Amino acid sequence: MTRARVIPFLLTSDSGLVKTRKFTNRRYLGDAINAVRIFNEKEVDELVLLDIDATTRGSGPQFGYVEEVLSEAFMPVGYGGGITSLQQIETLFKLGVEKVVLNTVLAEQPALLSEASRVFGAQSIVASMDVKRDLLGRRRAYIRGGTRKLDGDPIDLLKRWEQLGAGEVVVNSIDRDGMRQGLDLELTQQAASAVEVPIVAVGGAGHLGHVVAGLQAGASAIGAGSMFVFHGVHQAVLISYIDRNELTALTAAATSTTKASSQ
Amino acid sequence: MPPLPSVAVIDYGMGNIGSICKMLRVIGATPVVTADPVVMAQADRILLPGVGHFDRAMANLHDLRLVEPIRRLALEDRKPVLGICLGMQLLCSSSEEGTQPGLGLINARVRRFEFSGPARLKVPHMGWTGLTVRKPSVLLHELDEVSRFYFVHSFYVECAEPSDVLAEATYGMPFVAALERGNIHGVQFHPEKSHRYGIQMFRNFVRSAL
Repeated sequence: MTRARVIPFLLTSDSGLVKTRKFTNRRYLGDAINAVRIFNEKEVDELVLLDIDATTRGSGPQFGYVEEVLSEAFMPVGYGGGITSLQQIETLFKLGVEKVVLNTVLAEQPALLSEASRVFGAQSIVASMDVKRDLLGRRRAYIRGGTRKLDGDPIDLLKRWEQLGAGEVVVNSIDRDGMRQGLDLELTQQAASAVEVPIVAVGGAGHLGHVVAGLQAGASAIGAGSMFVFHGVHQAVLISYIDRNELTALTAAATSTTKASSQ
Repeated sequence: MPPLPSVAVIDYGMGNIGSICKMLRVIGATPVVTADPVVMAQADRILLPGVGHFDRAMANLHDLRLVEPIRRLALEDRKPVLGICLGMQLLCSSSEEGTQPGLGLINARVRRFEFSGPARLKVPHMGWTGLTVRKPSVLLHELDEVSRFYFVHSFYVECAEPSDVLAEATYGMPFVAALERGNIHGVQFHPEKSHRYGIQMFRNFVRSAL
Protein backbone atom coordinates (compact mmCIF):
# COMPACT_ATOMS: atom_id res chain seq x y z
CA MET A 1 0.00 0.00 0.00
CA THR A 2 1.10 3.53 -0.61
CA ARG A 3 2.53 5.27 2.40
CA ALA A 4 1.39 8.72 3.37
CA ARG A 5 3.91 11.30 2.26
CA VAL A 6 5.71 13.58 4.67
CA ILE A 7 7.23 16.55 2.91
CA PRO A 8 9.78 19.08 4.15
CA PHE A 9 8.83 22.55 2.91
CA LEU A 10 11.88 24.75 2.41
CA LEU A 11 11.58 28.49 2.08
CA THR A 12 14.21 30.26 0.07
CA SER A 13 14.51 34.01 -0.04
CA ASP A 14 16.82 36.68 -1.37
CA SER A 15 18.98 36.02 1.68
CA GLY A 16 19.08 32.20 1.58
CA LEU A 17 17.12 29.50 3.36
CA VAL A 18 14.76 30.89 6.00
CA LYS A 19 11.94 29.77 8.25
CA THR A 20 9.02 32.00 9.12
CA ARG A 21 6.40 32.23 11.88
CA LYS A 22 2.95 33.24 10.69
CA PHE A 23 4.60 34.17 7.39
CA THR A 24 6.78 36.83 9.07
CA ASN A 25 9.72 36.77 11.53
CA ARG A 26 12.11 35.24 9.05
CA ARG A 27 14.94 33.33 10.62
CA TYR A 28 18.01 32.63 8.50
CA LEU A 29 18.93 28.93 8.44
CA GLY A 30 21.80 28.64 5.99
CA ASP A 31 22.38 27.39 2.50
CA ALA A 32 19.55 25.63 0.65
CA ILE A 33 21.89 23.36 -1.30
CA ASN A 34 23.37 21.90 1.88
CA ALA A 35 19.91 21.40 3.33
CA VAL A 36 18.72 19.58 0.21
CA ARG A 37 21.83 17.39 0.27
CA ILE A 38 21.03 16.34 3.84
CA PHE A 39 17.36 15.71 3.05
CA ASN A 40 18.48 13.61 0.11
CA GLU A 41 20.68 11.49 2.38
CA LYS A 42 17.73 11.04 4.70
CA GLU A 43 15.69 9.76 1.74
CA VAL A 44 12.74 12.03 2.30
CA ASP A 45 9.51 11.25 0.45
CA GLU A 46 9.44 14.54 -1.40
CA LEU A 47 10.66 18.11 -1.06
CA VAL A 48 8.96 21.40 -1.73
CA LEU A 49 11.03 24.47 -2.40
CA LEU A 50 9.23 27.80 -2.20
CA ASP A 51 10.93 31.05 -3.18
CA ILE A 52 8.99 33.44 -0.98
CA ASP A 53 10.54 36.58 -2.50
CA ALA A 54 9.96 35.65 -6.14
CA THR A 55 6.50 37.21 -6.55
CA THR A 56 7.65 40.50 -5.03
CA ARG A 57 10.82 40.44 -7.10
CA GLY A 58 8.63 39.99 -10.16
CA SER A 59 11.26 38.49 -12.43
CA GLY A 60 10.07 34.87 -12.33
CA PRO A 61 11.81 31.79 -10.91
CA GLN A 62 15.60 31.88 -10.57
CA PHE A 63 16.30 28.92 -12.82
CA GLY A 64 20.04 28.76 -12.21
CA TYR A 65 19.49 28.60 -8.50
CA VAL A 66 16.74 25.97 -8.81
CA GLU A 67 19.02 23.84 -10.98
CA GLU A 68 21.86 24.14 -8.49
CA VAL A 69 19.63 23.15 -5.58
CA LEU A 70 18.18 20.24 -7.56
CA SER A 71 21.59 18.85 -8.39
CA GLU A 72 21.53 17.26 -4.92
CA ALA A 73 18.01 15.84 -5.13
CA PHE A 74 17.04 12.30 -6.13
CA MET A 75 13.48 12.60 -4.94
CA PRO A 76 10.43 14.42 -6.27
CA VAL A 77 10.81 18.16 -5.83
CA GLY A 78 8.05 20.71 -6.09
CA TYR A 79 8.93 24.30 -6.84
CA GLY A 80 6.84 27.37 -6.19
CA GLY A 81 7.44 31.10 -6.37
CA GLY A 82 6.94 33.74 -9.05
CA ILE A 83 5.53 31.44 -11.74
CA THR A 84 3.43 33.31 -14.29
CA SER A 85 3.84 31.47 -17.61
CA LEU A 86 3.72 28.09 -19.33
CA GLN A 87 7.23 28.63 -20.58
CA GLN A 88 8.56 29.01 -17.04
CA ILE A 89 6.80 25.80 -16.06
CA GLU A 90 8.30 23.95 -19.00
CA THR A 91 11.78 25.19 -18.06
CA LEU A 92 11.28 24.03 -14.47
CA PHE A 93 10.28 20.54 -15.63
CA LYS A 94 13.34 20.39 -17.90
CA LEU A 95 15.49 21.22 -14.87
CA GLY A 96 14.05 18.17 -13.10
CA VAL A 97 11.28 19.73 -11.06
CA GLU A 98 8.48 17.19 -10.60
CA LYS A 99 5.66 19.56 -9.68
CA VAL A 100 5.08 23.26 -9.82
CA VAL A 101 3.29 24.98 -6.97
CA LEU A 102 1.03 27.87 -7.97
CA ASN A 103 -0.37 30.42 -5.57
CA THR A 104 -0.58 34.11 -6.50
CA VAL A 105 -1.06 33.37 -10.19
CA LEU A 106 -4.17 31.29 -9.40
CA ALA A 107 -6.01 34.47 -8.52
CA GLU A 108 -4.32 36.87 -10.89
CA GLN A 109 -4.27 34.66 -13.99
CA PRO A 110 -6.41 31.55 -13.39
CA ALA A 111 -6.24 30.50 -17.04
CA LEU A 112 -2.62 29.45 -16.46
CA LEU A 113 -3.82 26.69 -14.14
CA SER A 114 -6.08 25.10 -16.74
CA GLU A 115 -3.55 25.55 -19.55
CA ALA A 116 -0.70 24.10 -17.50
CA SER A 117 -2.82 21.17 -16.41
CA ARG A 118 -3.84 20.41 -19.98
CA VAL A 119 -0.32 20.69 -21.35
CA PHE A 120 1.71 19.03 -18.60
CA GLY A 121 -0.86 16.80 -16.89
CA ALA A 122 -2.76 17.56 -13.70
CA GLN A 123 -0.44 15.46 -11.54
CA SER A 124 2.37 17.97 -11.92
CA ILE A 125 0.34 21.09 -11.19
CA VAL A 126 -0.22 21.92 -7.53
CA ALA A 127 -2.57 24.66 -6.35
CA SER A 128 -1.47 26.15 -3.07
CA MET A 129 -3.74 28.05 -0.74
CA ASP A 130 -2.59 30.14 2.21
CA VAL A 131 -5.36 30.49 4.78
CA LYS A 132 -5.75 32.91 7.67
CA ARG A 133 -8.64 33.53 10.04
CA ASP A 134 -10.10 37.03 10.12
CA LEU A 135 -11.27 38.86 13.25
CA LEU A 136 -14.61 37.08 13.08
CA GLY A 137 -12.89 33.72 12.99
CA ARG A 138 -13.77 33.09 9.34
CA ARG A 139 -11.11 31.50 7.19
CA ARG A 140 -9.96 33.46 4.17
CA ALA A 141 -7.53 32.60 1.40
CA TYR A 142 -4.53 34.80 0.74
CA ILE A 143 -2.04 35.35 -2.07
CA ARG A 144 1.18 37.33 -2.39
CA GLY A 145 2.80 35.76 0.66
CA GLY A 146 -0.24 36.21 2.87
CA THR A 147 -0.60 39.92 2.14
CA ARG A 148 -3.61 39.99 -0.17
CA LYS A 149 -6.94 38.55 0.86
CA LEU A 150 -9.20 36.82 -1.67
CA ASP A 151 -12.97 37.11 -1.59
CA GLY A 152 -15.14 34.14 -0.85
CA ASP A 153 -14.96 30.86 0.96
CA PRO A 154 -11.58 29.07 0.72
CA ILE A 155 -13.25 25.70 0.22
CA ASP A 156 -15.19 27.03 -2.79
CA LEU A 157 -11.92 28.32 -4.21
CA LEU A 158 -10.33 24.90 -3.76
CA LYS A 159 -13.17 23.27 -5.67
CA ARG A 160 -12.76 25.81 -8.44
CA TRP A 161 -9.04 25.16 -8.67
CA GLU A 162 -9.68 21.45 -8.82
CA GLN A 163 -12.12 22.01 -11.70
CA LEU A 164 -9.53 24.13 -13.48
CA GLY A 165 -7.11 21.21 -13.33
CA ALA A 166 -5.10 21.22 -10.11
CA GLY A 167 -3.83 17.68 -9.52
CA GLU A 168 -2.99 18.30 -5.89
CA VAL A 169 -3.81 21.00 -3.37
CA VAL A 170 -1.62 22.43 -0.64
CA VAL A 171 -3.53 23.98 2.23
CA ASN A 172 -1.27 26.11 4.38
CA SER A 173 -2.39 27.75 7.61
CA ILE A 174 -0.77 31.16 8.03
CA ASP A 175 -1.88 31.38 11.67
CA ARG A 176 -0.14 28.12 12.49
CA ASP A 177 2.99 28.58 10.37
CA GLY A 178 6.11 27.97 12.46
CA MET A 179 4.14 27.60 15.70
CA ARG A 180 4.63 23.83 16.03
CA GLN A 181 1.30 23.48 17.84
CA GLY A 182 -0.49 21.27 15.37
CA LEU A 183 -2.16 21.54 11.96
CA ASP A 184 -5.54 23.12 11.28
CA LEU A 185 -7.42 19.82 11.35
CA GLU A 186 -10.84 21.30 10.71
CA LEU A 187 -9.58 23.00 7.56
CA THR A 188 -7.81 19.81 6.48
CA GLN A 189 -10.98 17.79 6.96
CA GLN A 190 -13.13 20.27 5.04
CA ALA A 191 -10.63 20.49 2.21
CA ALA A 192 -10.18 16.72 1.97
CA SER A 193 -13.88 16.05 1.77
CA ALA A 194 -14.50 18.89 -0.71
CA VAL A 195 -12.08 17.81 -3.44
CA GLU A 196 -11.07 14.51 -5.02
CA VAL A 197 -7.40 15.32 -5.51
CA PRO A 198 -4.80 14.74 -2.77
CA ILE A 199 -4.49 17.37 -0.03
CA VAL A 200 -1.17 18.37 1.47
CA ALA A 201 -1.76 19.91 4.89
CA VAL A 202 0.88 22.43 5.96
CA GLY A 203 1.33 24.79 8.85
CA GLY A 204 1.82 23.89 12.48
CA ALA A 205 3.21 20.35 12.54
CA GLY A 206 5.68 20.14 15.43
CA HIS A 207 5.95 16.42 16.04
CA LEU A 208 4.85 13.05 14.70
CA GLY A 209 1.58 13.15 16.63
CA HIS A 210 0.58 16.21 14.59
CA VAL A 211 1.47 14.41 11.38
CA VAL A 212 -0.69 11.43 12.30
CA ALA A 213 -3.60 13.72 13.27
CA GLY A 214 -3.36 15.49 9.90
CA LEU A 215 -3.43 12.20 8.04
CA GLN A 216 -6.39 11.05 10.10
CA ALA A 217 -8.17 14.27 9.14
CA GLY A 218 -7.93 13.23 5.51
CA ALA A 219 -4.68 14.74 4.24
CA SER A 220 -2.79 12.59 1.72
CA ALA A 221 0.45 14.22 2.74
CA ILE A 222 1.78 16.47 5.47
CA GLY A 223 4.20 19.29 4.86
CA ALA A 224 6.35 20.82 7.55
CA GLY A 225 9.17 23.29 7.92
CA SER A 226 10.15 23.97 11.54
CA MET A 227 9.74 20.33 12.49
CA PHE A 228 12.57 19.39 10.13
CA VAL A 229 14.93 22.31 10.54
CA PHE A 230 14.82 23.11 14.25
CA HIS A 231 15.77 20.98 17.21
CA GLY A 232 15.13 21.25 20.95
CA VAL A 233 13.65 23.96 23.14
CA HIS A 234 16.14 26.54 21.94
CA GLN A 235 15.23 25.86 18.32
CA ALA A 236 18.77 25.21 17.21
CA VAL A 237 19.11 24.68 13.48
CA LEU A 238 19.37 20.97 12.80
CA ILE A 239 18.10 19.18 9.70
CA SER A 240 16.15 16.05 10.56
CA TYR A 241 13.40 13.86 9.17
CA ILE A 242 10.76 11.53 10.54
CA ASP A 243 11.45 8.01 11.65
CA ARG A 244 9.33 6.05 9.19
CA ASN A 245 8.83 3.07 11.52
CA GLU A 246 7.67 5.32 14.30
CA LEU A 247 5.18 7.02 11.98
CA THR A 248 3.84 3.63 10.83
CA ALA A 249 3.43 2.49 14.43
CA LEU A 250 1.71 5.72 15.48
CA THR A 251 -0.60 5.63 12.46
CA ALA A 252 -1.56 2.03 13.19
CA ALA A 253 -2.20 2.86 16.84
CA ALA A 254 -4.32 5.91 15.92
CA THR A 255 -6.31 3.88 13.39
CA SER A 256 -7.09 1.14 15.88
CA THR A 257 -8.13 3.75 18.49
CA THR A 258 -10.48 5.37 15.97
CA LYS A 259 -11.96 2.01 15.11
CA ALA A 260 -12.40 1.07 18.76
CA SER A 261 -14.08 4.37 19.65
CA SER A 262 -16.46 4.21 16.72
CA GLN A 263 -17.72 0.76 17.68
CA MET B 1 38.09 0.13 -19.25
CA PRO B 2 35.09 -0.46 -21.51
CA PRO B 3 33.41 2.69 -22.79
CA LEU B 4 30.53 3.94 -20.71
CA PRO B 5 27.19 2.74 -21.99
CA SER B 6 25.28 5.47 -23.76
CA VAL B 7 21.57 5.97 -23.28
CA ALA B 8 19.49 7.81 -25.84
CA VAL B 9 16.93 9.79 -23.87
CA ILE B 10 14.18 10.60 -26.33
CA ASP B 11 13.43 14.30 -26.34
CA TYR B 12 9.90 14.83 -27.63
CA GLY B 13 8.81 17.72 -25.45
CA MET B 14 7.22 15.73 -22.64
CA GLY B 15 9.21 16.83 -19.64
CA ASN B 16 11.37 15.53 -16.85
CA ILE B 17 14.52 14.78 -18.79
CA GLY B 18 16.75 16.70 -16.37
CA SER B 19 16.42 14.30 -13.45
CA ILE B 20 16.81 11.25 -15.69
CA CYS B 21 20.07 12.53 -17.16
CA LYS B 22 21.33 13.45 -13.71
CA MET B 23 20.77 9.94 -12.42
CA LEU B 24 22.28 8.34 -15.54
CA ARG B 25 25.45 10.37 -14.94
CA VAL B 26 25.51 9.26 -11.31
CA ILE B 27 25.71 5.62 -12.40
CA GLY B 28 28.40 6.36 -14.94
CA ALA B 29 26.33 6.23 -18.13
CA THR B 30 26.29 8.86 -20.82
CA PRO B 31 22.87 10.34 -21.49
CA VAL B 32 22.31 11.54 -25.04
CA VAL B 33 19.20 13.69 -25.27
CA THR B 34 17.96 13.35 -28.82
CA ALA B 35 15.05 13.21 -31.24
CA ASP B 36 17.23 11.82 -34.05
CA PRO B 37 16.70 8.15 -34.97
CA VAL B 38 20.29 7.90 -36.24
CA VAL B 39 21.63 8.94 -32.85
CA MET B 40 19.22 6.54 -31.15
CA ALA B 41 20.42 3.67 -33.30
CA GLN B 42 23.96 4.28 -32.12
CA ALA B 43 23.11 4.35 -28.42
CA ASP B 44 23.36 1.22 -26.25
CA ARG B 45 19.98 1.81 -24.66
CA ILE B 46 16.79 3.70 -25.49
CA LEU B 47 14.91 5.52 -22.78
CA LEU B 48 11.43 6.93 -23.38
CA PRO B 49 10.54 9.35 -20.57
CA GLY B 50 7.25 11.16 -20.33
CA VAL B 51 4.96 13.22 -18.20
CA GLY B 52 1.69 14.56 -19.53
CA HIS B 53 -1.14 13.63 -21.83
CA PHE B 54 -1.15 10.41 -23.88
CA ASP B 55 -2.50 11.87 -27.14
CA ARG B 56 -0.24 14.89 -26.98
CA ALA B 57 2.75 12.62 -26.45
CA MET B 58 1.80 10.42 -29.43
CA ALA B 59 1.16 13.51 -31.55
CA ASN B 60 4.64 14.80 -30.68
CA LEU B 61 6.21 11.44 -31.56
CA HIS B 62 4.37 11.48 -34.91
CA ASP B 63 5.37 15.09 -35.61
CA LEU B 64 9.01 14.20 -34.96
CA ARG B 65 8.63 11.08 -37.18
CA LEU B 66 9.76 8.88 -34.31
CA VAL B 67 7.01 6.27 -34.15
CA GLU B 68 8.36 3.92 -36.81
CA PRO B 69 12.04 4.35 -35.81
CA ILE B 70 11.24 3.52 -32.18
CA ARG B 71 9.24 0.46 -33.22
CA ARG B 72 12.07 -0.69 -35.50
CA LEU B 73 14.77 -0.17 -32.85
CA ALA B 74 12.72 -2.15 -30.37
CA LEU B 75 11.41 -4.95 -32.56
CA GLU B 76 14.07 -5.43 -35.25
CA ASP B 77 17.31 -4.16 -33.71
CA ARG B 78 16.11 -5.48 -30.34
CA LYS B 79 17.71 -2.60 -28.55
CA PRO B 80 16.89 -2.47 -24.83
CA VAL B 81 14.09 0.07 -24.37
CA LEU B 82 12.81 1.48 -21.10
CA GLY B 83 9.62 3.53 -20.91
CA ILE B 84 9.07 5.55 -17.76
CA CYS B 85 5.62 6.56 -16.48
CA LEU B 86 3.77 7.96 -19.51
CA GLY B 87 6.66 6.49 -21.54
CA MET B 88 5.60 3.03 -20.34
CA GLN B 89 1.98 3.72 -21.25
CA LEU B 90 3.02 4.81 -24.75
CA LEU B 91 4.52 1.34 -25.33
CA CYS B 92 0.98 -0.05 -25.14
CA SER B 93 -1.75 -0.36 -27.76
CA SER B 94 -4.22 2.25 -26.54
CA SER B 95 -5.22 4.45 -23.63
CA GLU B 96 -8.45 5.60 -22.04
CA GLU B 97 -6.76 8.98 -21.75
CA GLY B 98 -7.04 9.55 -25.46
CA THR B 99 -8.05 8.27 -28.86
CA GLN B 100 -4.64 7.87 -30.52
CA PRO B 101 -3.13 4.39 -30.77
CA GLY B 102 0.08 3.90 -28.79
CA LEU B 103 3.37 2.50 -30.06
CA GLY B 104 1.88 -0.98 -29.85
CA LEU B 105 5.04 -2.69 -28.61
CA ILE B 106 3.18 -4.32 -25.74
CA ASN B 107 -0.26 -5.86 -25.99
CA ALA B 108 -1.87 -3.82 -23.27
CA ARG B 109 -4.29 -1.00 -22.74
CA VAL B 110 -4.07 1.93 -20.41
CA ARG B 111 -6.98 2.51 -18.07
CA ARG B 112 -8.02 5.22 -15.64
CA PHE B 113 -8.20 4.61 -11.89
CA GLU B 114 -11.88 4.75 -10.92
CA PHE B 115 -12.80 4.45 -7.28
CA SER B 116 -16.21 4.93 -5.74
CA GLY B 117 -17.79 5.03 -2.32
CA PRO B 118 -17.28 7.34 0.65
CA ALA B 119 -13.77 6.05 1.43
CA ARG B 120 -12.67 6.16 -2.21
CA LEU B 121 -9.01 6.66 -2.94
CA LYS B 122 -7.71 9.91 -4.38
CA VAL B 123 -6.63 10.08 -8.01
CA PRO B 124 -3.87 10.56 -9.07
CA HIS B 125 -2.10 7.87 -7.14
CA MET B 126 0.83 9.75 -5.73
CA GLY B 127 3.47 8.46 -3.39
CA TRP B 128 5.89 5.69 -2.46
CA THR B 129 4.95 2.07 -2.93
CA GLY B 130 6.70 -1.28 -2.83
CA LEU B 131 6.61 -3.87 -5.61
CA THR B 132 5.40 -7.44 -5.82
CA VAL B 133 7.71 -9.13 -8.28
CA ARG B 134 5.98 -11.49 -10.74
CA LYS B 135 8.96 -12.88 -12.63
CA PRO B 136 12.74 -12.79 -12.38
CA SER B 137 14.44 -10.01 -14.32
CA VAL B 138 17.78 -8.31 -14.54
CA LEU B 139 15.93 -5.02 -14.29
CA LEU B 140 15.04 -5.74 -10.65
CA HIS B 141 18.42 -7.15 -9.68
CA GLU B 142 19.20 -6.44 -6.00
CA LEU B 143 15.82 -4.87 -5.46
CA ASP B 144 13.38 -6.50 -3.04
CA GLU B 145 10.11 -6.01 -1.13
CA VAL B 146 11.75 -3.34 1.00
CA SER B 147 12.56 -1.27 -2.08
CA ARG B 148 10.13 1.54 -2.67
CA PHE B 149 9.43 3.71 -5.66
CA TYR B 150 7.75 7.01 -6.31
CA PHE B 151 4.53 6.88 -8.32
CA VAL B 152 2.41 9.66 -9.69
CA HIS B 153 -0.27 8.65 -12.19
CA SER B 154 -4.00 8.63 -12.86
CA PHE B 155 -3.81 5.85 -15.45
CA TYR B 156 -2.42 2.35 -15.23
CA VAL B 157 -1.46 -0.38 -17.67
CA GLU B 158 -3.50 -3.54 -18.04
CA CYS B 159 -1.49 -6.22 -19.84
CA ALA B 160 -3.34 -8.60 -22.15
CA GLU B 161 -0.59 -11.16 -21.68
CA PRO B 162 0.14 -11.98 -18.04
CA SER B 163 3.68 -13.05 -18.93
CA ASP B 164 4.51 -9.41 -19.75
CA VAL B 165 3.91 -8.37 -16.15
CA LEU B 166 7.20 -7.93 -14.32
CA ALA B 167 5.97 -6.44 -11.06
CA GLU B 168 2.77 -5.20 -9.52
CA ALA B 169 1.97 -2.56 -6.96
CA THR B 170 -1.29 -1.95 -5.13
CA TYR B 171 -3.44 1.14 -5.10
CA GLY B 172 -6.92 0.04 -4.17
CA MET B 173 -6.22 -2.90 -6.48
CA PRO B 174 -3.12 -4.51 -7.92
CA PHE B 175 -1.84 -2.84 -11.08
CA VAL B 176 1.17 -3.30 -13.36
CA ALA B 177 4.09 -1.36 -11.90
CA ALA B 178 6.67 -2.76 -14.30
CA LEU B 179 6.41 -4.72 -17.52
CA GLU B 180 8.92 -6.64 -19.57
CA ARG B 181 8.70 -8.38 -22.90
CA GLY B 182 12.13 -9.39 -24.13
CA ASN B 183 14.15 -6.23 -24.64
CA ILE B 184 11.16 -3.96 -23.99
CA HIS B 185 10.67 -2.64 -20.46
CA GLY B 186 8.37 -0.18 -18.83
CA VAL B 187 7.99 1.16 -15.32
CA GLN B 188 5.00 3.13 -14.08
CA PHE B 189 7.01 4.69 -11.26
CA HIS B 190 9.74 7.29 -11.51
CA PRO B 191 13.10 5.62 -10.86
CA GLU B 192 14.78 9.00 -11.36
CA LYS B 193 12.89 10.23 -8.27
CA SER B 194 13.28 7.09 -6.18
CA HIS B 195 16.51 7.59 -4.26
CA ARG B 196 18.91 4.61 -4.18
CA TYR B 197 16.24 2.19 -5.37
CA GLY B 198 15.88 4.12 -8.60
CA ILE B 199 19.64 4.41 -8.93
CA GLN B 200 19.91 0.63 -8.64
CA MET B 201 17.22 0.11 -11.27
CA PHE B 202 18.93 2.45 -13.71
CA ARG B 203 22.20 0.66 -13.02
CA ASN B 204 20.49 -2.66 -13.83
CA PHE B 205 19.08 -1.30 -17.07
CA VAL B 206 22.32 0.26 -18.22
CA ARG B 207 24.99 -2.09 -16.94
CA SER B 208 23.44 -5.48 -17.53
CA ALA B 209 23.22 -7.42 -20.73
CA LEU B 210 19.48 -7.56 -21.19
